[in-house]
Amino acid sequence: MIWMRRIGLFTLLWLLISLPARAVLTIEITQGSDEAMPIAVVPFAWGGEGKAPEQLDQIIGADLHRSGFFRPLDKDDLIARPNTASKVNYADWRALNVNYLVVGRILPRDDGSYTVQFQLLDVNRRQQLAGYSLQTDKSGLRRTAHQISDIIYQEITGKRGAFDTFIAYITVIRDQADKPRYQLAIADSDGHNEQVIYKSRQPMLSPSWSPDGKKLVFVSFARGRSEIYIQNILSGETRRLAEFSGLNSSPTWSPDGEYLAMTLSRDGNPEVYVMHIEDRSLQRITRNGAIDTEPAWLPDSKGLVFTSDRGGSPQLYEVALNGDMRPAGRPARLTFRGSYNARASVSPDGKHVAMVHREGSRFRIAVQNRDSGQFRVLTDSRLDESPSFAPNGSMIIYATEDDYRGILSAVSVDGRAQQQLSLQQGDVREPAWSPLRSE
Amino acid sequence: MRQFLTYLVLISVVLTLGGCNFGPVKSDAEAEEEMADGRDAEVSQEDEDQRFSGDLGGGARMEELNDPDSPLSTRVIYFDFDSSRITDEQREVIDAHADFLSRNPDVEVVLEGHTDERGTREYNLALGERRAQSVEQLLQVQGVSAEQIEVISFGEERPAAMGHDESAWRLNRRVEILYSGL
Repeated sequence: MIWMRRIGLFTLLWLLISLPARAVLTIEITQGSDEAMPIAVVPFAWGGEGKAPEQLDQIIGADLHRSGFFRPLDKDDLIARPNTASKVNYADWRALNVNYLVVGRILPRDDGSYTVQFQLLDVNRRQQLAGYSLQTDKSGLRRTAHQISDIIYQEITGKRGAFDTFIAYITVIRDQADKPRYQLAIADSDGHNEQVIYKSRQPMLSPSWSPDGKKLVFVSFARGRSEIYIQNILSGETRRLAEFSGLNSSPTWSPDGEYLAMTLSRDGNPEVYVMHIEDRSLQRITRNGAIDTEPAWLPDSKGLVFTSDRGGSPQLYEVALNGDMRPAGRPARLTFRGSYNARASVSPDGKHVAMVHREGSRFRIAVQNRDSGQFRVLTDSRLDESPSFAPNGSMIIYATEDDYRGILSAVSVDGRAQQQLSLQQGDVREPAWSPLRSE
Repeated sequence: MRQFLTYLVLISVVLTLGGCNFGPVKSDAEAEEEMADGRDAEVSQEDEDQRFSGDLGGGARMEELNDPDSPLSTRVIYFDFDSSRITDEQREVIDAHADFLSRNPDVEVVLEGHTDERGTREYNLALGERRAQSVEQLLQVQGVSAEQIEVISFGEERPAAMGHDESAWRLNRRVEILYSGL
């Protein structure tokens, strides 16, 4: 019941923040997985007149497919279209080698909102694994579908889903005079509902989410050089946080929300600092004549992984921090394979570090186990960069290119499933996956 | 009734917001308005290519700078991949600029550091700065005042050539020497 009420509250918030879809990003699944679990998502029955307001089955099926864990049945192969468990003939579905079945319906309510009911069924055991009734407005239907995907994902894999999340990214579109226009945008995790939150004629980079998902910190050249800004997403309020002489770059929000790690060259060359957001006090973390940059937090906020070329080539180093954000020891080198490992993203459980890894003349996304050192290259394009873990650790979104056009791609951490998100025109880059939504 | 009222409120919110999602979109114009100090105003001009041009009035100093036979006419220093090393040949060019700047202490330069597209963006921002600093150090060693020099790195964000192979990359790994105050 509390769940229901929360959904209602959500709905209101959601209506406020998600108006007409601009749907600029298109997703293409480029690599599926053979081991994926067969599942059938039956089109949800519509209890009103005319056409159903949204094809929830397609949103859910696409979510599940993207994860790499599931292989949704083609719509043409559905042998029946039951809308509740009581109408399911399990033997039929079993004959199709389907392990799981999702059925549901959308019912119109008097106030114009909808009730969405769905059931997740285990075909072999002939039993219901989950059943929910969710209330939403029309604009919240896509989100409801993502929430259903999260429930299904968690019931079957035992891990939290991350479909009901956002991605932030930078787009670059050239105007008629061939001048670049930069935009900081956010979209649902499936690329729908793009919302531009900052426009500039100057470059922007490095968006990073606050752990409550309500703010973004990023680098803007709006005043001619790199400076760090924080923007409250709901209010649009922006403030400049770092405008020291030299570089102000690579801001990343600490998981506890209190601090920003960043790169400043105010003391002569790029060093990693930690800034307390409230009073803007600075703690210098690195002291080295080399380039130290691209800090990424460990999940407990008690350490950073960063890029340094102190050993002669860019490699990742890890430094522990004590309670007052002073370094608790010397940085230890993490990566030893190849001549270029940079721009770390640490998995939410702290077990893996994703990075940009140079192989010959190519830059790929690789992932290394922090304890065992086990190392795996996940991608195979020419210029992959900016890896960012999904908040449940299942996927890594990164920037790559297709025919020299900047696109986003996501790969499952085991490398099995891959998908691409591209703009209709221009480049998209610098993705950052949002935290899980806490409401 | 309560539901109806809620609905009304929601509709009015939708109408108020119109096509604007998720709070107002920020733009540089607003950011500039918020800038009380007005610093770097010239750098925020609409047309980025004109940021440091247009001020070179006549006179001997300008002729000296623009003499095609003088090393001063070379205003771009190029680098190897992931390197900020300056060759002896380039040093002669930088020395000529150092001499000019020492003789003209009212003249200022911006050293803009750039990289090619390869490697990560933030590391390239640092690398671009390091390249500009290696030119800055040579100028200062020759007696140019720190107040005459400003270092700005754009990393890989402002390529000079748009291609995706070495012929473009070598043009993009550069420091541009941009004069102002003439």
